[in-house]
Amino acid sequence: MSNAALFLTVLITAMFMVLAALLIAKWLAPTSNNPAKGEPYECGIPTRGPSWVQFKVGYYLFAILYLVFDVETVLLFPWAVIVKDLGINGLILVSFFFVVLTLGLVYAWKKGALQWK
Amino acid sequence: MFQFSVVNQWIDEFLRTYLSEGWTLLVEFVLVALLVLTAYAVLALLLIYIERKICAFFQCRIGPNRVGPFGILQSVADMIKILLKEIIRINKVDPFLFRLACFLVIIASLCTFGALPFDGGLHAIDFNIGVFYLLAVSSLGVVGILLAGWSSNNKYTMIGAMRSGAQLISYELSCGLSLLSIVILSGTMQLSQIVEQQSDLWFIFKGHVPAFIAFVIYLIAGHAETNRGPFDLPEAESELTAGYHTEYSGIQFGFFYLAEYLNMFIIAAIAATMFLGGWMPLHIPGWDRINEIMDYIPPVIWFFGKTFFCVFMALWVRWAFPRLRIDQLLALEWKILLPIGLINILLMTLLVIL
Repeated sequence: MSNAALFLTVLITAMFMVLAALLIAKWLAPTSNNPAKGEPYECGIPTRGPSWVQFKVGYYLFAILYLVFDVETVLLFPWAVIVKDLGINGLILVSFFFVVLTLGLVYAWKKGALQWK
Repeated sequence: MFQFSVVNQWIDEFLRTYLSEGWTLLVEFVLVALLVLTAYAVLALLLIYIERKICAFFQCRIGPNRVGPFGILQSVADMIKILLKEIIRINKVDPFLFRLACFLVIIASLCTFGALPFDGGLHAIDFNIGVFYLLAVSSLGVVGILLAGWSSNNKYTMIGAMRSGAQLISYELSCGLSLLSIVILSGTMQLSQIVEQQSDLWFIFKGHVPAFIAFVIYLIAGHAETNRGPFDLPEAESELTAGYHTEYSGIQFGFFYLAEYLNMFIIAAIAATMFLGGWMPLHIPGWDRINEIMDYIPPVIWFFGKTFFCVFMALWVRWAFPRLRIDQLLALEWKILLPIGLINILLMTLLVIL
């Protein structure tokens, strides 16, 4: 049995589980309706203004930094598998990559991007 | 040492004697699906019971003790109750994304769950890029959480989802880096081979100091990944009611609850597989008599023993520390764990090469 087919099986199982539980709940659970029930929850008083509000720009900064380091991890995984065969040569070559990345982190740190203001 | 792959082969041969090629495959796929589903559901019920009981003991309470002996049927009763609860329709939600979020969260956790090696041969998926797969699929859950918070049209869920997203993606880096150092040590990404390589000595001992540092980083980062304990700001109940799943009710809330508990188990199981030898018994080179005695304990018991040890650590941390602020949380990741993780990788590479 190939892994791709097994992965598809698990994926379909997950979707089936959610669908089946939703259908069972729809069949078993009671339904009642009144206008106040559909209001978004906020301490018992009606909400004020739109809920899709602006949020802090700091979240974006962390998302961009994350992107840089996540791509780095992705690039390092294939290297990690063969590092034993590459020996000291492989380490020297990758350490350039590491230095450039660390410089990026240091730059962000000095710029105050890691500070939550 | 008994391995489950014998049973796999036996079932395969048994089916092939009675059925044609295509039907055999079909029956096997259905068997795999049923096994994964059953294990997922049973483990969820078990984990909820264990968590409530252990938390109760930490707080000098008794915990659930009315339904069934020692309250073991409590979580079954809760599951039936949650199926019977009404799913409330909120007026201004984005209906498609609101429903899609449950699917994504469950898919992320079930697909990760399928790749865990419980025993030799007892895993649904065994990619040769297993570690990569685990990281990739488990990060799908972030999308589900962000969608849940965004589509609910509520300020609490919105803030909870943004916090949760920032926390999950930040701590994923440390998870990735500490798993990377184990890949450097083992030279393979296939989970079954990683476990096989630990048959003489677990990686946490084989890798000396770097492996231990990686293990500690993984436990901290993994704990933050599950949104629990001192890192539970996405659902800080004194500020945000319930965080990103405030507007979900009935079984839709149940999915988030289920995924959260299973993620705790999955993180613990990955820690056990990568660092503590998975289903391999404790073997010490040279001590042959003790190694033989250890072989008598079945591998599944070893796996669950190690995993529940990690789960217990997570619960302990949860009740021992107060909640962090978001700036402290992000500083811990970006200023402490990430630099240590990067240096740790270089250390591990030196250890492997020299």
